Amino acid sequence: MADQPKLFKVTIDNITIEVEAGTSILNAARMIGGEVAPPAMCYYSKLKGSGGKCRTCLVEVAAGSTADPRPMPKLVASCRTNVMDGMVVKNITSERVQDARKGVVELLLINHPLDCPICDQAGECHLQDLSYEHGAEDTRYEFPRRQFEKHNLGPYIQLHMTRCILCYRCVFTADQLTNKRVHGVLDRGDHAEIATYIEKSLDNDFIGNVIDVCPVGALTDKTFRFKNRVWFLKPVDAHRDCPKCSGKVTLWHRGDEVFRVTGRKDQWGEVQDWICNECRFEKKKTSDWVIEGPTKVSRHSVISANHYVGTVKPQEALPEVLGGRQPRLLMDIHSVSEVNKPNVDLSKIPGPAHSNDFKEGKG
Amino acid sequence: MGRKLLLEKAHVQGIRTYEVYRREGGYRSVEKALKNMSPDQVTEEVKKSGLRGRGGAGFPAGMKWSFLAKPEGVPRYLVCNADESEPGTFKDRYLMEFIPHLLVEGLIVASYALGSNRTFIYIRGEYAWIVDILEQAIAEAKHNGWLGKNILGTGFDLEIYVQRGAGAYICGEETALLESLEGKRGNPRIKPPFPAVKGLWDCPTVVNNVETLAAVVPIINMGGDEYAKIGVGKSTGTKLISACGNINKPGVYEIDMTISVEEFIYSDEYCGGIAHGKRLKACIPGGSSVPILPANLLLKTAKGEQRMMNYESLADGGFATGTMMGSGGFIVLDEDQCVVRHTLTLARFYRHESCGQCSPCREGTGWMEKILKNIEYGKGKKSDIDLLWDIQRKIEGNTICPLGDAAAWPVAAAIRHFRDEFEWHVQYPNAAQNRNYGLAHYADPLPVLAAPKA
Repeated sequence: MADQPKLFKVTIDNITIEVEAGTSILNAARMIGGEVAPPAMCYYSKLKGSGGKCRTCLVEVAAGSTADPRPMPKLVASCRTNVMDGMVVKNITSERVQDARKGVVELLLINHPLDCPICDQAGECHLQDLSYEHGAEDTRYEFPRRQFEKHNLGPYIQLHMTRCILCYRCVFTADQLTNKRVHGVLDRGDHAEIATYIEKSLDNDFIGNVIDVCPVGALTDKTFRFKNRVWFLKPVDAHRDCPKCSGKVTLWHRGDEVFRVTGRKDQWGEVQDWICNECRFEKKKTSDWVIEGPTKVSRHSVISANHYVGTVKPQEALPEVLGGRQPRLLMDIHSVSEVNKPNVDLSKIPGPAHSNDFKEGKG
Repeated sequence: MGRKLLLEKAHVQGIRTYEVYRREGGYRSVEKALKNMSPDQVTEEVKKSGLRGRGGAGFPAGMKWSFLAKPEGVPRYLVCNADESEPGTFKDRYLMEFIPHLLVEGLIVASYALGSNRTFIYIRGEYAWIVDILEQAIAEAKHNGWLGKNILGTGFDLEIYVQRGAGAYICGEETALLESLEGKRGNPRIKPPFPAVKGLWDCPTVVNNVETLAAVVPIINMGGDEYAKIGVGKSTGTKLISACGNINKPGVYEIDMTISVEEFIYSDEYCGGIAHGKRLKACIPGGSSVPILPANLLLKTAKGEQRMMNYESLADGGFATGTMMGSGGFIVLDEDQCVVRHTLTLARFYRHESCGQCSPCREGTGWMEKILKNIEYGKGKKSDIDLLWDIQRKIEGNTICPLGDAAAWPVAAAIRHFRDEFEWHVQYPNAAQNRNYGLAHYADPLPVLAAPKA
């Protein structure tokens, strides 16, 4: 059939998947999901031209394609390399990749202030997740870390360059969502900084989205700064009739008070719809919104702590990667503990677990 | 006496002006190419000549030209990379300053071959006075009918523009150069797509070094086959070497790639030996980013053969015992030079010039500089040397553009060959502040490995 889109067969970590021509390796791996998807700090599927900069998504291409099965000599950025038919990619099965990724994480962290205890992004920070999963437990960097002055970008947004990892996502956002670009990068090398040229504030209606795209705590919401920790708040999906945007948001509230409003994020931490500044910064009462229900939060996230309802069990890709074998556990808790029963799924229990739940499960 | 092709007429009085250049046989290649050859024939001649890119990577120029995509109705561009910023390299400056018409002539022929009607010379900002020289040459060429509309009545139009950079090393990387030429921040692009498909303003583009384009002139004049006879193996033609450091006669030399490194350093025709009668300690034969070699490995390869001044021989032994031809920035270090300090200088340069786009290079170059500073100023630890090795390993190959590799290689090579000098700095921090490590054993002949019996 001529109308059928051309499908390429690509094998990532021993799992074969068919994807459309023109798909990047990263997106193909995301279709498989789980650990097979490489981490991405700078790539953002909704921003044209993003990606390729952070180098955390490096993968090894063991065979270029069926036509040319030579391996690629260097590790490639999976977010900017498209799949070819018959390509064989190694991500978590390649030691080279793991080693290089560990190196990149270390380099990303050497000048990061690691001020997570006072950072508003803590709990939903991609750099935190990344260093937890791929970083070393200790630093070998013994020098003073790079510091910048804080800048106010307009009345609502604060830029704290010290935390920035220069992913350029906010630059692309300002470039592609707003019609007057006043946001870019000044200087070069390790003293490069995100800037609005000569302190010009950003007053576009959609500029608040730079907060959502920032993978770290460099761009923060001034209406929310230091108000609360994200894991103490309840995220709920809500909407309102907004003339400017879709009005579909996530409200972070406790009781009647809405602490902050963000776009709805998917499992890769990317917003589904851009929201306008009015929705984000000015509608801070629950009465402004129609609440739909609790937001699904990944069980990995600290935000899901104490919220059993609606937590999503992550996909297990490891048995498939290992060719059907189960991963070897250092200790199976079920074999030594009477408390936890494998037939009781904690995420199915509404609210915190109680001893009664386990009795039921036993039955 | 080696054969000279590019600098043959460089010493003729007034060669910078059109009249003298034309009288000495200039612009013959344009007449020959435009009147008697098709663009494909010109490309074919360049292919036959085996000319390799003179900017550093040594990629065959004719091949690069033949990769250029030629879709209908889309303009194609030729860009001349005159952003010569590699420490130790100053050959293009010499060429443009003294015989600017040679470059203009090469540009006309190359533009004809590639079908470029607008050709750009992107020159580094610090070469401010050369811009005037080039523009003068272009104006003279235009005045005499070599540029403009319908050149020599062949229907081929060409304009050459000179664009000054703002002084960033990274803009010598071809995709960063194109970004800068488009008026944007000079960040390298992610390849693919390559410039041959999507280059300047998303049009097919060829970016070549000044010397490569100048070499097109003798190739057309004498024919590709004749040109390929000069030199050895795949190192054809002549190469400009800009020699500097502790030598008696620093300067730009044209070599035909058949002489040995030893002859190049010690003969009176070229560098004239090490200054003040000192001994040779080390050398970087191809510009700051290629691996440094100690004297013993520089003069003889690991197999015990004489090392020659050509692409293959210099790269003999890979990075373990060899180096690269690079851009021909020949930096010589005598016995009183400190390799640690030298490496620190280079690390500082690469930290300063990193564009900051991708993380390994942005963060890693600064870290390496800080550690090297500690070692140089007597505050280093033994573990720092291994740490440096580990950092360079994590930068190399993991970045968007080759600047990451260029920053990693000098550090890697210095540790590989001069590890004991680094250790001496750590072990005797006070002595390292007052005196140099000296020549040590770096010029001792290497034990020749006996060839295994057949």
